[in-house]
Amino acid sequence: MEPTSEAELADLISSAKAPLCIRGGGTRLLGPIEGEVLETSGLQGISLYESGALTMVAGAGTTLDEIGAALKAENQRLAFEPPDLRDVLGTTGASTIGGVAASNASGSRRISVGACRDFMLGVRFVDGAGIVAKNGGRVMKNVTGYDLVKLMSGAFGTLGVLSEVSLKVMPKVEMQLCLRIEGLNAKQAVAAMSAALGSPFEVSGAAQALDGAVVLRLEGFDASVRYRADKLTQVLAGFGTVEMLDDQAQCDTLWRDIRDARGFTGSTGDLWRVSVKPSDAPELIDTLGAHAVLLDWGGGLMWVDMPKRADLRARMSVPGHATLMRSDDKGFEQVARFHPEAAPLAKISAELRARFDPKGILNPGLMGDVA
Amino acid sequence: MDMPRPDPIVLSRKSELVARLLTVLPQDAVIEDEMETRAYECDALTAYKCPPLLAVLPRSTAEVSDVLRICYDMNVPVVPRGSGTSLAGGALPTADCVILGVARMNDVLETDYTNRVIRVQSGRTNLSVSGAVAEEDFFYAPDPSSQLACAIAGNIAMNSGGAHCLKYGVTTNNLLGVTMVMMDGEIVEIGGAHLDSGGLDLLGIICGSEGQLGVVTEATLRILHKPEGARPVLVGFDSNEVAGACVSDIIQAGVLPVAIEFMDRRVTEVVENYAHAGYPLCEAVLIIEVEGSEAEIDAQLALIREIAERHNPIEFREAKDADEASRIWLGRKSAFGAMGQINDYMCLDGTIPVSSLPMVLRRIGELSKESGLEVGNVFHAGDGNMHPLILFDANKDGDLELCEAMGAEILKLCVEAGGCLTGEHGVGIEKRDLMGYQYKPADLDAQMAVKDIFDPKWLLNPAKVFPLDVSDAKRSAQIAAE
Repeated sequence: MEPTSEAELADLISSAKAPLCIRGGGTRLLGPIEGEVLETSGLQGISLYESGALTMVAGAGTTLDEIGAALKAENQRLAFEPPDLRDVLGTTGASTIGGVAASNASGSRRISVGACRDFMLGVRFVDGAGIVAKNGGRVMKNVTGYDLVKLMSGAFGTLGVLSEVSLKVMPKVEMQLCLRIEGLNAKQAVAAMSAALGSPFEVSGAAQALDGAVVLRLEGFDASVRYRADKLTQVLAGFGTVEMLDDQAQCDTLWRDIRDARGFTGSTGDLWRVSVKPSDAPELIDTLGAHAVLLDWGGGLMWVDMPKRADLRARMSVPGHATLMRSDDKGFEQVARFHPEAAPLAKISAELRARFDPKGILNPGLMGDVA
Repeated sequence: MDMPRPDPIVLSRKSELVARLLTVLPQDAVIEDEMETRAYECDALTAYKCPPLLAVLPRSTAEVSDVLRICYDMNVPVVPRGSGTSLAGGALPTADCVILGVARMNDVLETDYTNRVIRVQSGRTNLSVSGAVAEEDFFYAPDPSSQLACAIAGNIAMNSGGAHCLKYGVTTNNLLGVTMVMMDGEIVEIGGAHLDSGGLDLLGIICGSEGQLGVVTEATLRILHKPEGARPVLVGFDSNEVAGACVSDIIQAGVLPVAIEFMDRRVTEVVENYAHAGYPLCEAVLIIEVEGSEAEIDAQLALIREIAERHNPIEFREAKDADEASRIWLGRKSAFGAMGQINDYMCLDGTIPVSSLPMVLRRIGELSKESGLEVGNVFHAGDGNMHPLILFDANKDGDLELCEAMGAEILKLCVEAGGCLTGEHGVGIEKRDLMGYQYKPADLDAQMAVKDIFDPKWLLNPAKVFPLDVSDAKRSAQIAAE
C-alpha cells in the first residue's frame, strides 16, 4: 500500500484489520516485520522551507536526497547528520525523512548538537485507529501542551504513521578539521575523547574508529577551527602524537564511515548498537567477547559486531541499552530487537501502544508488548 | 479564571489526610495552618490566588512516594511545586489540593566531569546547578530569567528555555534522565547518564508535561565546559522591521550567536529611566552575544557588524571590556523589573516564525491602539519567542479582563502567523482555554491519552494545560468509575 495523501493514509489504517509493516524507504529495517507493507513514499514533497528561519516542513515520504538538495542550495544542512545504513544493513531504496524521524536516526554530531528528536519541531501522524493528529509546529520554541513530537520520534511507527515532519535545519559550516591519535586502547581512547569533549573547544565528533585511531572533529569558521585545533592538540598531548587532517574530502569520508558504521558492511556477525555512559564502554568491551567495536559519541555509542546468536544483553555488566540492528531471521526471532525496559516503564509503553494503536496493527511485535 | 469546584469529600476528610500524612512525614513537613498555607496560594502569576488545603515539604523520593500513595488512595489532587516562579499559573493550587513542594530536596547527588553530567535533587535551583560545577569551569546551559530562584523540577515541568538557548537548546535538550514518582506512589527511573535509550522516548514526553504525569524528584543533566569568553554587542535600528530583517540575515549567514535579544522603543525608554544602561533611544535595540576565544569573538563580531551595516543601524556598540558588557546586558536583564516599576503588566510568551516578526509587531501595535492598553516588546528574537508586556492597572475595574482579552488576541495572532501560544513559560491555567486555537480536538485527545495512562484519575496538577470543561469531566468520570 502506498497512499499518496494523508487522507488516504488515514482511510487505509482505519479500515485495516490485519498487521501493517510501516515503512519509509525501507533502508533502516531492523529485521522482518509481519504484515502488509504500508509505504509512506507517496507522501512526497517539501511544503515549506524558510532558510532565514531555519525551518523546513516536508511530507514523511520525502527522500533525504531531495531534502539534502534543497538544503544544499541554501548552504544549510541537517545538523544531526542521519546515518545512511543501507550498506551495513544490506538494504536498498531511498531513505525518507519520515523514516529518519520515526527511528530518531542521529549521527556523530549527537554529542554536540543533539539527536534527530532535538531538531524535530512538529509532526502530523495517523494513529492506529486512523485518526489524524498533529503536535508541535514549525517554530523553534514551543511548549504548548505535551511534547508528542519526542514521543513519535523513535517510536518506529508503533504509535502512529508519520505523515509530515517539520524540522529545524542549520547553516553549513565553512570548514572542518580532524585530529587523529593512533595506538590507544579503549580506556585511553575514552579518556582522550572525554578530555576533548570536556574542553571549551567545541568538538562535534569523537570516535574510536575500527582501526583503533581516535578521531575528533572541529567545525566552523576557518580561523576558529584552526585556533581550536591548536588548543586541543595541547590538551591531548599526553595521549600521543596528534595528527591534523585538513583535507575536506578526506574528513568527510572518515566521518561518513563512522556515522554509517561502514566498517561492518558484509561482516558475518550480529550487529548491535549499544548506548552507555562513555566511561563504562571500556569495561563492557572487555566482557562482550565481540569481533569488533566502533566507538562513537565519545564512547557513549558502541557499534558491536558479535558472534551470531550471542545475546549481548546477557553479557552486559554495566547499565545501558542495546538494540539488535542486524541478524538473520532466526536471530531476530530469538532476541528482542529493543532492549527490554524495566517493568514499570514497559507497562507505560505497552499502554501507550494500546491506546495509540488499539487494533495492534502498527509494526506489531517490533518494540515490545501491547497492554 | 474558572477553577474546578473543590471536592467536598476531600475537604471533609482534611484531618484524616493530615493524620495519614504525619505517619510518613515529620511534623515540620506538613503545613496545615491557614496562615502558613497562604504562602502557597499563588506562583508568579499573581493575578490568581487560592490557598491549598495543605502543603507538604518532603525531603526524599521515598517521602514523595509515600505522600502520593496516600493522596491517590484518598482521591486528593496534588499540585507539585518547584520554586513557584511560573508565569503561567503552573503551580496555582486548587482549594482541595495538597501542594507538594520539592524545595527541601536540593542536594547534588553526583558530579561526573568525565561523562559531563550532574545528578541533582529536583528542588535545586537552576543557577546553583551551574554553581556546583563552576569550580571546574562547567555550567548547566538552560538559563531562564528566573534562574536565581527557579527549581530544576519546574524547569523540567515547563521545559524552560532562556536567553542562551539559541545555541544550547532548552531543558529537554539538556535532560538525560529522571527519577519520577507516579501518582500512585510507584518510583520509576527514566534515562540516565547515557545519551539515548531504545524504546519510546518517555523522557521526552515528561519534560514539558507541566507536572501532570508524575513528580520528578531527581534529574540527570548535561553539563558543558564554559566557553573561553563571551561578548555582547548592542545594535540600534530606527525600525522594527529592519531589526527583524537583520536577525534573519545573521542566522542565515551561518553565525550562531548564543543570544539575540530584542527590545522595542517603549521598553528601552522605561529601562533607560530605571537602569541608566546608556541605551540609544530608537525603535528597536538588538543585543547579540557571541562566544569563544578573543580571536573567534572578533571574527564573529566582524561578520555581524558587516551584516548589520547593510541595514543602516543608528548605532553599533561593541563591549570593549567586562564593564561595558555588563552594561549592555544590564538593560535587558532589568527589563521586566523596570516595566513592573511603572505599571502592572501581563507577560505573554507566544513564538512566531522569525520571518513574521515585522507583521506581528505591527499588528500588536494596532491591537494596542484599539484596546487603549500600552504594550512593550522584549524577546528572544533569534528563535522568534516573543514576550509582549501588556500594561494595565490592577486596581482599575475591568482592566485585567481587557488585558487578558488583548493577550488572547495577540496569542491567536501568533498561531495564525504559524507559531504557538507559548514558547517557554508553559500553558498552566493562563492559556489552557486558548488551546483550541492551536490544536483541534483530535490533537488534544492524543495529548490527553498520555495523561490517562500516567495519571488515570487526573489528580496531578488539575485544571491546567487542557480546557477546564474537558479536564474536569475526565477527573470526575475516572473517580466515579472507581
